[in-house]
Amino acid sequence: MKDTDEALFPSDRIQERLGKNPRAGGQRFRLPPQITERIAFVLLLMAALTILLPVVIILGVILAQGLPAIRWDFLTEAPRMGMKEGGIFPAIVGTFYLVLGTILFALPLGVFAAIYLTEYSRENFLTRWIRLAIFNLAGVPSVVYGLFGLGLFVIFLKMGASILAGSLTLAMMILPVIITASEEALLAVPQSFREASLALGATRWQTIWKVVLPNALPGILTGAILGIGRAAGETAPILFTVAAFYLPQLPRSIFDQAMALPYHLYVISTQIPNVRMETKAGTALVLLLLVLGMNLAAIVIRSRFRRRKKW
Amino acid sequence: MATKRAQSIWEFLIERWILLNGIACIVLVILIFLFLLREGASAFRFTSLKDFLWGQNWYPVSDPPRFGVLPLILGSLLVTLGALLISIPLGIGSAIFISEVAPSRIRDWLKSGVELLAAIPSIVIGFIGMTVLAPWIKDLFDLPTGLTALTGSITLAFMAMPTIVSITEDALTAVPISYREASLALGATRWQTIYRVVVPSAASGILAAVMLGVGRAIGETMAVMMVTGNAAVIPQSFLQPVRTLTATIAAEMGETVHQSPHYFALFAIGIVLFVITYLINVSAGFVIHRGKKI
Repeated sequence: MKDTDEALFPSDRIQERLGKNPRAGGQRFRLPPQITERIAFVLLLMAALTILLPVVIILGVILAQGLPAIRWDFLTEAPRMGMKEGGIFPAIVGTFYLVLGTILFALPLGVFAAIYLTEYSRENFLTRWIRLAIFNLAGVPSVVYGLFGLGLFVIFLKMGASILAGSLTLAMMILPVIITASEEALLAVPQSFREASLALGATRWQTIWKVVLPNALPGILTGAILGIGRAAGETAPILFTVAAFYLPQLPRSIFDQAMALPYHLYVISTQIPNVRMETKAGTALVLLLLVLGMNLAAIVIRSRFRRRKKW
Repeated sequence: MATKRAQSIWEFLIERWILLNGIACIVLVILIFLFLLREGASAFRFTSLKDFLWGQNWYPVSDPPRFGVLPLILGSLLVTLGALLISIPLGIGSAIFISEVAPSRIRDWLKSGVELLAAIPSIVIGFIGMTVLAPWIKDLFDLPTGLTALTGSITLAFMAMPTIVSITEDALTAVPISYREASLALGATRWQTIYRVVVPSAASGILAAVMLGVGRAIGETMAVMMVTGNAAVIPQSFLQPVRTLTATIAAEMGETVHQSPHYFALFAIGIVLFVITYLINVSAGFVIHRGKKI
């Protein structure tokens, strides 16, 4: 009898496994599945909205408190009066130099490493280790990068606390971002492009240089900009490698220390008492605009490229 | 002929160069570890490994200095634990909502929101934690200070969230659509399908997401330093100031003398951090890898 039952109603077994006995006749009260689903979906929606809450609070507070501070002299003057007055110009310039140096080091290294992984190697022992290394680099805490930069660049290579040491440290940190993005971009170039080029007699490198890289450029650029955004906002890696507490004049060479926006925000919000909220929030706003601006640029490049893509 | 030869030499050189760049990634990981080890190992001339890991007092500048990092390790663990209690349900819940429930328009909005949260620099999050969250916690629990482990946990929860959400979402998306179709065709509701079929199939990916979230939380520095109050004592509750491993390095390295015992001890903390995050990453990678095979 049981066998025919199952044959007749194959879904009964599923229903049982789902925790319901369709023939039990309501010995135990259960909410109808449609109601349970409603409740579950509302809870999930609330979880998703809770994630957005801090974004709204952060942007809201910083815009509301910081916007009044953004005046021309705030952006173009050095801090004065123990950093309670004046502007943040040296910090902006310092961050600009740091980001420039970072990308100069990280982009070539990252792109070549990605080319190795996608174009010049099959999956083997070495590539597995390289991938593992990249995965682990992405997980190393930023403050450990700071220690590493201090140990290797500042002390061992005798660069001192300088823009050079700071840029190199930040470059190491954003390397995984750049490699991963470049790899994705290279893999997205259709295999037929390479085959066509090779069939015309081009060498492997000519194919990569003239065919693959130009087509992967927007993707690589996206990764580079995301990496820059990350580097511009990080504080811990530059604490001991470049950041100057207070340095009103601009750095003159790559061996000079420099102020940087994130570190400046840290200093005026924790190290110096009684700095006006407006000044602090204004500094945070400039940093936030810079970082989010980069991210926005990356998103725009990515979506324009996707629309233009013909293959 | 000559150009052809030059061409092939060029090809050869460029190939080597590219290989070198690939290997550089491995070298970099080794270099990081070596330099931490080089500076950190000297700390054990001044303290034993047992006193270091098990010592309950962190008085780096007293005479004689005491380098016990147990309070710092417990501080890091407590703050991370609190962050996980908040971010695991919220993170996995939102990931399920984003990938399984939300209509595509809302999904895009939510994903941008998560990306935005990931992009906000930790110093800015710390700043808001300090100026908005901490006073609120102080009033809510009627505490002498709002800079507590709880404040740190809440702050960290939202910093680990983007990692947890995006990796969980990837894992859920990777579950074949035919699984869902089969379940729905048998008469299960969407919610039954999600929690009986989709989530169990994505379990290893979700586990990896949580682990990477832990790694992110333990390694976070600036925001935590700004909101936890930095008292290096063995923590008793969520409502008191604590100090983490990362914050200790960031706060004290600036004041140490190069090659002093204190300097070496901070590098030794760096080793502890590196090893913890390395183990977490390797096991997360292992979990992901195994999940893919099945």
